[in-house]
Amino acid sequence: MSDKPLTGRARADRQPHSLAAWRGLGGGAGLALALKRHSPEAIIALIEAAGLRGRGGAGFPTANKWRFMRAGAERAGPGPRYLCVNGDETEPGSFKDRLLMEALPHQLIEGATIAAYAMGATEVIILVRDEYRAAAAALSRAIVEAEQLGLLGRDILGSGFDLTMRVHASAGRYIVGEETALIAALEGERPIPRHRPPYPAVSGLWGRPTTVNNVETLSAVPSIVEHGAEWYQGLSHTNEGGTKLYGVSGCVARPQLIEAPMGTTARELFELCGGIREGRALFAFQPGGGATAFLEAADLDVPLDFAHTKKAGSSLGTGAVIVLDDHACPVAAIGRHMRFYARESCGLCTPCRDGLPWVAKLLDTIEAGHGTRADIDLLHTHVQLSGPSGRSYCDLNTGALTPLRSGLERFGDIFAAHLQGSCPVGRA
Amino acid sequence: MSLSPAIRTAIAQAAANHGGPKAAMLEALKLVQEAEGWVSDAHLKEAAEALGVTTAEIDSLATFYSQIFRSPVGDTVILLCDGLSCYLCGGDAVRDAVMSKLGIGFGETTADGKFTLINICCVGGCDRAPVALVGPERKLVGPLTPDDLDALIDGKAVGGTP
Repeated sequence: MSDKPLTGRARADRQPHSLAAWRGLGGGAGLALALKRHSPEAIIALIEAAGLRGRGGAGFPTANKWRFMRAGAERAGPGPRYLCVNGDETEPGSFKDRLLMEALPHQLIEGATIAAYAMGATEVIILVRDEYRAAAAALSRAIVEAEQLGLLGRDILGSGFDLTMRVHASAGRYIVGEETALIAALEGERPIPRHRPPYPAVSGLWGRPTTVNNVETLSAVPSIVEHGAEWYQGLSHTNEGGTKLYGVSGCVARPQLIEAPMGTTARELFELCGGIREGRALFAFQPGGGATAFLEAADLDVPLDFAHTKKAGSSLGTGAVIVLDDHACPVAAIGRHMRFYARESCGLCTPCRDGLPWVAKLLDTIEAGHGTRADIDLLHTHVQLSGPSGRSYCDLNTGALTPLRSGLERFGDIFAAHLQGSCPVGRA
Repeated sequence: MSLSPAIRTAIAQAAANHGGPKAAMLEALKLVQEAEGWVSDAHLKEAAEALGVTTAEIDSLATFYSQIFRSPVGDTVILLCDGLSCYLCGGDAVRDAVMSKLGIGFGETTADGKFTLINICCVGGCDRAPVALVGPERKLVGPLTPDDLDALIDGKAVGGTP
């Protein structure tokens, strides 16, 4: 039994298995068990006991989400109900779902099928960003193979459960990965976020009950069903179940994807990556992608799970650990993020559409040594105005300004030094 | 030139597969772009007519998605990642070298029509940073160094296996 349920069966060359080869490795056992031995409610209870939380960034308990969907479906009555798989991975530093879709499409399809059975979905749509063409092709081929073997379509494995599945290839834009924007995209609307409530479980795709789950979340499902909640829970170093696919990038010797027990520390991850680049020292790191607050050397032993990372003042996000060494200027680094978020704003809300380009420009000015105290005060104002709770339709703006908020708090002296035309840390 | 019958058929098929004409608009745009390299006003209008949607509806998508090109692009599109992980691994030097070698900036096409350079983030290749996506297959190449650019521009693989 692998201690790497997500990647344990991946080929070294990252090429996808044929369905026959996948089954030869034991693939498909979770689906068979789910349909033959478990009721939908029992599967949800199993996922709950395993402690699986959404891997798309928010960490919402997966079982709760699936229960909301069942309740929504009951209220909505007969008709289609959708599971949308979020394969739009565009957050800076995040590159985990690419591997799962490219190398292990059958695992994702199996997980999505079990999830659809548990929550009562009738159709699965996997939205894949345009830049992941190999992933979209691998998934499309794998769906055809599964249909041919009766693992998708009508009366799957003689269980009476019917399910259709297809791939929707997107065409760029970070915002498409936002839950409600993704639903709008599938409807052919301009993909901008929608106000919640109503929540998608009540009124989602084409007004029908809908759940959006991340690729990594669903990829964990088959092995949980096969080996049980206790086994999955036991893989973790903390009380949040399972493993996590951490993606370490930036100033380490060997940037890479690592499937490790949930709650692995940054120190352990960096060691696996050959440490900080030669001759350099750690300056700071973002534990969960571009929209998470910085941590520093003192935080190297924080278990990287949802609760501990939050307690340390940041968040686990997607587990995309971006590492800055002592030659990487944080003003420049934050500026990079701001230019990304400014470019990727959908333009619906003013703080995002107008505020982020303004922030990006201020950071460029400060980085170039032409900033003033008033510019830094303005950055603080933007940060104060970006708080969550109703100032915009989605979290892009709040998320975007999180590294800035954290940078101003932790590295205020470096911002101040830039006003004098110098940077205490070198350029990357 | 107007859209080929094959593309019109594929657009109709997309409407059936995607849950209706409106939901198939993006797919129609991609079919046009695949055949023509970019989406002209004339083809946009034809795609709208083929689906029975308005030109404004389909253009609202065409102008939103970054990978739908509403102006002509070169034979090979190079999408160069400018995200933080690429920057931390020397992305700026690669960017400067590509621009200098091609003689163009982001969003521009070489005079001979061979290359278009576009900045993009993040392409999910942070373990191979700095990276680019090249050509119609969106082939991921990296880690790039300024010395690798000949291979990149010749369309050859650059960097190690993933």
